[in-house]
Amino acid sequence: MGYPTNYRYTKEHEWIDAKGDTATIGITDYAQHELGDVVFVELPAPGTKLVAGKTFSSVESVKAVSEIYAPTNGEVIEANTALQNKPETINSDPHTGGWLVKIKLTNPAEVNDLMDAKAYEAYIEEKQKEASA
Amino acid sequence: MRYLPKSPAERKEMLAAIGRKSIEELFSSIPEAYRLKKPLNLPGPFSEAEVIRYFEARGAENSIGYSSFLGAGIYSHLRSVVTDAILQRGEFLTSYTPYQAEISQGTLQAIFEFQTLMCQLTGQEVANASMYDGSTATTEAVLMAERLTGRTRVLVARSLHPEYREVLRTYAKNSGLTVEEIAYSATGTLDVSGLKSALRDDVCAVVVQSPNFFGVIENLEPLADATHEAGALLVVAIAEALSLGLVKAPSEADIVAMEGQSFGLAPSYGGPFVGVVASREKFVRQMPGRLAGQTVDQNGHRGFVLTLATREQHIRREKATSNICTNQALCALAATVHLTLLGREGIREMAEQNLAKAQFALSQLEKIPSVKRSFAVPFFNEFAVELPRSVKMVNAELLKSKIVGPYALGSAYPELSKHALVCVTETTSRGEIEKFVSGVKAALEVPL
Amino acid sequence: MTDKIKKASRHTSQNEGLIFEKSSVGKRAFELPPLDVPAVDAGKSLGPYYRTEGVEGFPEVSEIEVIRHFTRLSTWNYAIDLGMYPLGSCTMKYNPRVNEFVARLAGIATEHPYQPQELSQGCLKILSLLEKCLLEITGMDAITLQPAAGAQGELTGLLLIRAYLQKRGNPRKKILIPDSAHGTNPATAVIAGYDVENIKSDSNGQVDLAHLRDQVNENVAALMLTNPSTLGIFEQQIPKIAEILHAHGALLYMDGANMNALAGITRPGDMGADVMHLNLHKTFSTPHGGGGPGAGPVAMKRILEPFLPVPILVEKEGGRLALDSQRKDSIGRVRAFGGNFGVLVRALAYILAYGPGVRQATEDAVLNANYIRKHLEGTYDLPYTRPSMHEVVFSDAIQKRRGVNTMDIAKRLIDYGFHPYTTAFPLIVPGALMIEPTESESKEECDLFIDAMKSIAEEAEKNPELVKTAPHATRIRRLDEVGAARKPILRWKAGEKSANDEVDTHPRKVSTPTVPTC
Repeated sequence: MGYPTNYRYTKEHEWIDAKGDTATIGITDYAQHELGDVVFVELPAPGTKLVAGKTFSSVESVKAVSEIYAPTNGEVIEANTALQNKPETINSDPHTGGWLVKIKLTNPAEVNDLMDAKAYEAYIEEKQKEASA
Repeated sequence: MRYLPKSPAERKEMLAAIGRKSIEELFSSIPEAYRLKKPLNLPGPFSEAEVIRYFEARGAENSIGYSSFLGAGIYSHLRSVVTDAILQRGEFLTSYTPYQAEISQGTLQAIFEFQTLMCQLTGQEVANASMYDGSTATTEAVLMAERLTGRTRVLVARSLHPEYREVLRTYAKNSGLTVEEIAYSATGTLDVSGLKSALRDDVCAVVVQSPNFFGVIENLEPLADATHEAGALLVVAIAEALSLGLVKAPSEADIVAMEGQSFGLAPSYGGPFVGVVASREKFVRQMPGRLAGQTVDQNGHRGFVLTLATREQHIRREKATSNICTNQALCALAATVHLTLLGREGIREMAEQNLAKAQFALSQLEKIPSVKRSFAVPFFNEFAVELPRSVKMVNAELLKSKIVGPYALGSAYPELSKHALVCVTETTSRGEIEKFVSGVKAALEVPL
Repeated sequence: MTDKIKKASRHTSQNEGLIFEKSSVGKRAFELPPLDVPAVDAGKSLGPYYRTEGVEGFPEVSEIEVIRHFTRLSTWNYAIDLGMYPLGSCTMKYNPRVNEFVARLAGIATEHPYQPQELSQGCLKILSLLEKCLLEITGMDAITLQPAAGAQGELTGLLLIRAYLQKRGNPRKKILIPDSAHGTNPATAVIAGYDVENIKSDSNGQVDLAHLRDQVNENVAALMLTNPSTLGIFEQQIPKIAEILHAHGALLYMDGANMNALAGITRPGDMGADVMHLNLHKTFSTPHGGGGPGAGPVAMKRILEPFLPVPILVEKEGGRLALDSQRKDSIGRVRAFGGNFGVLVRALAYILAYGPGVRQATEDAVLNANYIRKHLEGTYDLPYTRPSMHEVVFSDAIQKRRGVNTMDIAKRLIDYGFHPYTTAFPLIVPGALMIEPTESESKEECDLFIDAMKSIAEEAEKNPELVKTAPHATRIRRLDEVGAARKPILRWKAGEKSANDEVDTHPRKVSTPTVPTC
């Protein structure tokens, strides 16, 4: 699966798709693969404030829980409640259908500090090299 | 030594196979200064007969041959010998925690049945696979309420078992929880107006026991209403689980914390027992302890697995809902076997016998003019009476007739000195009750 | 199945349903003696609290159905009585039957903790003797038998440390925990109100002393150390570790889960540990029973004694024993009623059977582990090569090259008639195989285990699919844990389909099972 070039990425394997002063956030294909079959997603309610670098959600598989970190500052407009009944969407469609939250960006420029698709792909290649070393 | 399956020759052979000359070499990584030069100073070794003799001698120094009217959180009930026949099967007794589901289906299905029985009894939607006991189950229920509400104040009925309250305080001190007690009213039930005035939007849980420590059944509906209005959760603790055979299930509760000792577990000087946390399905991810869930294998056959393990310490570590690992699985099995033996009719009949015998004892005691019933509300198998003399003194007299008398409430409730908590179960015969009552009468007539 | 599998046998395959599915109205399994007092109208007596419908859904079956039901269920379990559990740090040793017998004796099983203490001298003597024995074994000064399990013992130990430091003015903020530690350690530290700071292991899998020196300061309350470590390797630097901690006013907590490598050989109290817990259901043979009950006594040095949980066992004039609850500095109670007395009885019976000879059990345990290590070295990757004590940790690095991991090997071991070893723990060894045979295993059983592991390694090379799809010989195949977690079904409900109903025979995709530890 490729990494959409118009998204930005974090070291904790979140993606953010910014459009003007709103954005959609999810976890990457790499993250869902590491996690395994997703069984449960904990999502914040609309209105919740996101603080860059702090956790705002968690995604659970049978054997692990992944804390999800806010890539930027913002406020939740909508959470993907369809994931309550079909958490597996994160596995099958991590970059679109598996979105976690839609937010209002406090400062849209923050997105530019994050990795682009190329940088992220290089980053995960490094990680995979480390793992098999 | 009979537990060690090695002959001297085999030990030699194995040492040779690993290229060692002596067993001491295998301990060379322990600094010399700390290796013991002498055997430990321990009694034994005892043959099997000597082990038995030792414990028989200890048993003879306890209360064999006495009848007892003690309850106060531990209850003597009939236990079928079938329970031990099942418990003593090596496949149950000596098996491990069922992490490897394919070879632990016996344990897992039994846990699933236990969880079901607990839900049926308590009227709740989910129940866990056990906690250590009622006191820690109550504490875990409070911690669960804290996680669910994000609040840190706890209102606890003073009529909750004194030791349960002590345990809660020990845990609360380190979790940033403040615990306040709500008094009981003249009827022995929770003072609702006292509760209402203490309730604010910083309360995570209201904890009440029913039947409470005085044996009195609480009216949960107004308590639940007041609690929920403040956005808090109602935790109902149950120490005498058999009461649920006749008493309405506490479905008003958000979380039930129960002690299951009454179901097939001997008093055993305080343990091991079995605690349960039961709650609503929507709270399940905040529930502590193991959970067995139903699923299918790759051929579509029904099977059971431990599930929602991400709540637990071995995955979540610091963020776990509890640190519990080993629980009370075999005790939960005892309760499961016991309850399936009793069945729907048996639990009702056993509970009815308790009710009848306790009422009989009360009516006989009330014939003694100076003895007064403490609380004039419905009870199950425990009730408090007020005596004209100290309970300690009366119990000292009863002891001479080989009767272990009731719990002196004054030891935990100074305002209730001279009140005695009498417990009567189906195991107490009419003759024993009558002997007890005449013993009390005689004790009260002893010249001072 | 090949002729290399000497032990495997099929589980009996009756489709035993849930007890609720066998229920029908009017059956009874237990009868009570007749009521000898006047009957009471429960509805009148209890008024609005009366449960009019009884307990809905409660099963109604006969005695023979109960016996058959649970007997059949039991045949689906593996158990120590059947064969080895090579589970690391679990110490699955033989559960002596005399322990069961004495725990059930009249006067032992029947006592109420609130009965007069003069009528409980037998119970108190048992507690007193067990205390003395455990103090002798651990080299400590004081002990509490109250905690219900290891995790509760850990909590008690940390609360003792907190109380001690608090009394000196500052409870401090952090507990240091090695990255190889059991999950209960960090979970417990948080409950005790502390932050957890990880301390890395060095290349030998031991506590990295340089890091420790850096990390220990006036904010650190204690280090929680397992010794031998979860790698089965003795922490040789433990006296130095204690020194560094003590120099900063911090304490050393020892997780005693691996005491089976030390009992009778050395004593944690002599090596600088300030407080430790024991797992009676590990080292002291009390039965696991499918997950408990256990007991987790906590032994400590004199400095922590004032903070002991109440009640405390004391000796009065004339040798009479009593329980004393008046201790102003006590941390309070961690549970009601004093302790898992029935478990304590079993542990004492075990100690009495061995006496000073308990050393032999430890020696045999360490011998067995080293014997297995020697025979599997080379076949399986051994990441840490320091001498092993009572357990050895391999990794699946060699088998991984063929796509076979530790979980697969563990599942294939079931086909050979063994319970799996501990998989994927400790966390510092990726793909770990943690093996602890205990002293209860004969040379024969060890040899069968070694043969099985060697055979599986060969299968991993030549026929990896066989291993990856194991187990093949069990009544139930790999279970769908993902489905169980997505839509949890945690109880039976009336109207549900029975297992005996038509079964869907289409094979389903099942995911890799969960990571268990001991």
